[in-house]
Amino acid sequence: MQPFIQFETVSKSFGSVTVIDSLDLTIHKGEFLSLLGPSGSGKTTILMMLAGFERPTRGAITLEGTRIDQLPPYRREMGVVFQNYALFPHMTVAENVAFPLEMKRLPRAEITRKVERALDMVRLAHLKDRRPSQLSGGQQQRIALTRALVFEPRVILMDEPLGALDKQLREHMQLEIRELHKRLGLTIVFVTHDQSEALTMSDRIAVFNSGKIEQIDSPHVIYDTPRTRFVAQFIGETNLIEADVINLQNGQATITLGKDLVAKVSAAPELAEGQKAWFSLRPERMRLGVDPAGENALHMTIADCIYHGDHMRVQLRRDSFTFTARCERLGGSWTVGAPVVVSFDPRDCTVLAP
Amino acid sequence: MNSAKILSIAGCISALLAGWSVQAVQARDLTVVSWGGNYQDAQRKIYFEPFSQKTGKPVLEESWDGGIGVIAAKVKAGTPNWDVVQVEAEELALGCADGFYEKIDWSKLGGKDQFLPAAVDDCGAGAIVWSTALSYDANRLKEAPTSWADFWDVNKFPGKRGLRRGPKYALEFALMADGVAPSEVYKELATPEGIDRAFKKLDQLKPHIVWWESGAQPLQLLASGEVVMTSAYNGRISGINKSEGKNFKVVWPGSVYAIDSWVILKDSPNKDQAMEFIAFASQPDNQVKLPDYIAYGLPNKEAAAKVPAEIQKDLPTAPENLAHSVALDADFWIDNIEELNKRFNAWLAQ
Amino acid sequence: MRTTAVRERVGALLLIVPLLAFLAVFFLWPLWTMVKASVVDDTVSRVLPRTSVAIVSWDGQGSPPVQVQQALVEDLRQADDQQALGETVRRLNSAVSGFRTLLTRTANAVRDGKDASVDLASLDRRWNEPRFWLAIRDAVPPYTDRNLLAAVDLKRDANGTIVSEEPGASANRLIMFRTFLVAAIVTFACAAIGLPYAMLAAAMTGWKRNVLLLAVLVPLWTSLLVRTTAWFVLLQNEGLINGALQAVGLIESPLPLIFNRVGVVIAMTHVLLPFMVLPIYSILLSVPRNLMQAAASMGAGPLRAFWRVLLPLSLPGLLSGSLLVFMVAIGYYITPALVGGANDQMISSVIAFYATGTANWGLAGALGLILLLVTMILYFIYGRLSKSPQLVGA
Repeated sequence: MQPFIQFETVSKSFGSVTVIDSLDLTIHKGEFLSLLGPSGSGKTTILMMLAGFERPTRGAITLEGTRIDQLPPYRREMGVVFQNYALFPHMTVAENVAFPLEMKRLPRAEITRKVERALDMVRLAHLKDRRPSQLSGGQQQRIALTRALVFEPRVILMDEPLGALDKQLREHMQLEIRELHKRLGLTIVFVTHDQSEALTMSDRIAVFNSGKIEQIDSPHVIYDTPRTRFVAQFIGETNLIEADVINLQNGQATITLGKDLVAKVSAAPELAEGQKAWFSLRPERMRLGVDPAGENALHMTIADCIYHGDHMRVQLRRDSFTFTARCERLGGSWTVGAPVVVSFDPRDCTVLAP
Repeated sequence: MNSAKILSIAGCISALLAGWSVQAVQARDLTVVSWGGNYQDAQRKIYFEPFSQKTGKPVLEESWDGGIGVIAAKVKAGTPNWDVVQVEAEELALGCADGFYEKIDWSKLGGKDQFLPAAVDDCGAGAIVWSTALSYDANRLKEAPTSWADFWDVNKFPGKRGLRRGPKYALEFALMADGVAPSEVYKELATPEGIDRAFKKLDQLKPHIVWWESGAQPLQLLASGEVVMTSAYNGRISGINKSEGKNFKVVWPGSVYAIDSWVILKDSPNKDQAMEFIAFASQPDNQVKLPDYIAYGLPNKEAAAKVPAEIQKDLPTAPENLAHSVALDADFWIDNIEELNKRFNAWLAQ
Repeated sequence: MRTTAVRERVGALLLIVPLLAFLAVFFLWPLWTMVKASVVDDTVSRVLPRTSVAIVSWDGQGSPPVQVQQALVEDLRQADDQQALGETVRRLNSAVSGFRTLLTRTANAVRDGKDASVDLASLDRRWNEPRFWLAIRDAVPPYTDRNLLAAVDLKRDANGTIVSEEPGASANRLIMFRTFLVAAIVTFACAAIGLPYAMLAAAMTGWKRNVLLLAVLVPLWTSLLVRTTAWFVLLQNEGLINGALQAVGLIESPLPLIFNRVGVVIAMTHVLLPFMVLPIYSILLSVPRNLMQAAASMGAGPLRAFWRVLLPLSLPGLLSGSLLVFMVAIGYYITPALVGGANDQMISSVIAFYATGTANWGLAGALGLILLLVTMILYFIYGRLSKSPQLVGA
């Protein structure tokens, strides 16, 4: 795919603090890219540089081959949706949506038509004469989105746009944005610190940590085969245990966990025999009490059971390490203190270099 | 907290406040009010402080800018918080007629015949004789102006002139500039034609006038060269000559002099002490020290006679200075100030 | 349950008692006094009761009948409250100049002469003039509109119809208009300087912001005399500004910057600027910073973003700042007196003249009332202007 937006060795410092260090990033046309990371990881700075509110200290940003990093924001044609929506409080909904069209100096009639169509699209046409303060959070959010879309910008940038909404509304909006993205073929760069949001919505996720990208991949790959310990821990829930690699063969590794447990797993390429490594296993990929087919069956003790409604979390202990397993329901004989056999598929776990 | 408790606390507080305010009234020391500035500095040295030493009680002082409305407000409040006030001639006459002042006990002052006749009043004892006169900076003007006619002559003396804003003095000066003899000024002003004549004369000079309001302003105007001549209070002129080494001159012919008096506000709680203070400030030995500080004439004849000749010549009361000057007609201004002020404002606005 | 609720309510009321008392004592009562002073006119009927009764039957032609004159003599003889008599004198003198000396002289003569029959005309010729008697007759009704009329240069003629004062006799209307004009110019000047200044201050951070705010507040903290001297040094013909302009060669002769309207506007703008800057500044602080970013992202250049977003958002601050400046400005009179010219006198100085100069509290009150009335109308308009759109979002 032809690179649409490209960051080339971009660095950004504020005073003596380096926030982004020599970053390369390619964004494809029409993709939904999430920038995910804890706060302070640099993801918002990337967005601000893209929008033009910040200038890179070093490096270049190009859009379809043209450098844009020195352009002022009002020449970049990027729609931005802010976390607090940044709707203009002194304008009505319709005036807010018309604003970018007026800035393009479109004819009055065309503006009216486009505003109406855009408001229809988000089903808020009946609110067009209200002021932002008279709208609910979800409505404000949709207006902000509409305003960012209506002037057909080349990219839509979203800075944690759903952060202020409650859970139900957030999930609803996730779907709606996803829907719009598909229908209109938009290129969206979406900043979030909520990993489930990133997993739900994105074509690709770039996981940020301390100003660097740890991994950039599709949600599926990010979740199933995290490439670093940070990614494994940050995305979803995982059991992370220190292991020793004793054998490597055909992409399969034999490792020991604790004193005596041996497991066969699919190995990351940078592993070497005799090395220490990290063993990562998602709680929902563990099977409890299933008769072991030989390998990857661990004998453990149930330390605690926690009821979560639709599932249970079971704390398992063996020697110095603890696993958390997730299962639909509990077998009758499993009580705290009872022994249990835990097994898993080698393809479901990952071993990461330290 | 129940309401009985609240009430009792409120009662205690109000009792405290009441006690405090009663005490404050009773404990207030003699309060003397004068015109502030250099003049009051001098009064402090020769009257307030020595009197305080003599009686062993402190003398509180304040300053004011005049106005019978201020006196009226103080007296109508019940117990005034001022005792002795120095007032201008109009305030003396107005306040005396309206019963705002205590009567002066002239026997304590050594008898009425000790004073200039104009300084003797039922309600007030004369404190100073002061003048409003034409003044100029002798270092800037090569040729000295000698009359109000010169003041009006913008060809001979090009430049702006300063006059006090308001009809008082401006009308008198205008008539004198128009050829009315000093002794005839108020006779002329008593007729509607005379007032028209004065305003017409003011019309001629109007574009050249800078109006001043406070006594310090004309000095500033002269010092900066903003005006070439101005009306000014004579005491201020000699004061600035002394303190800042200026060479400002006073033109005595055509000046208007007036007497300021000490009065005691009606129902003053320190009435007796106030009377004693006025007597103290009227003693020749005390009064004679004043011209050393500021060039005002003395109403006590004995004191006036004791002033050395070289100081005497700068006082409004020097015979040669008095010869061609006008005594302010307080009665005229009491009767006419409201109407003339209204007309003056309208004239200014034209 | 009920009693606790009652007790709580009583407690709550007790808490606001100080506030109500304060409002009543320091706001409502003076206001009421002012209104009363301007319309109540009972001093003549109180001090001269017999005359008041007798003179009503007089037709106003020639000299009043003997019994009226005798009533006046009797009234003056009985008048033992000198302060009340003084008030009457002041009231009558403000209607006809000369009453002051006339009545005082007559009262003294009446009291000295024990004889009941006093020939007023021989005592003072002026008693032959009907206008003095007419003034007494006019002052008999206990309420009057003459102060309110005089405040706007109106009066009643002999027939009681309202007419304008003769041109050149009074200038209250003009001075009042001038007061509002100067206040409006000062408000405009403050807005023109204050708005960018507040935006600058809001955009700055740390010590720079503090220095900017301090600089605008300092004139409020300096004494009037110090400020006046400073303006004098700056603005006079041989002052710093004229000196600098002449040295640079921009002007040949000094610009008249003081003792005229220019000086008044400069000086008042200087003092009142904080009243404009602070409200705008505080409004701007509450405007989310990313509104300007949002505008830029939608293609608005700095100028258009300012015009369409920042300016409308600072409008509430601008409005309340303008209101504050205007309200304070119409009360100014010392500054215009010190740095203004002949035609820069403001209405407050006229009020001060009547209030402290001649103790004519009726007219002072009436002028104050008219000023208050106009100000309230302006405030009402302001309320309408600032309320219409809901400007600041949730």
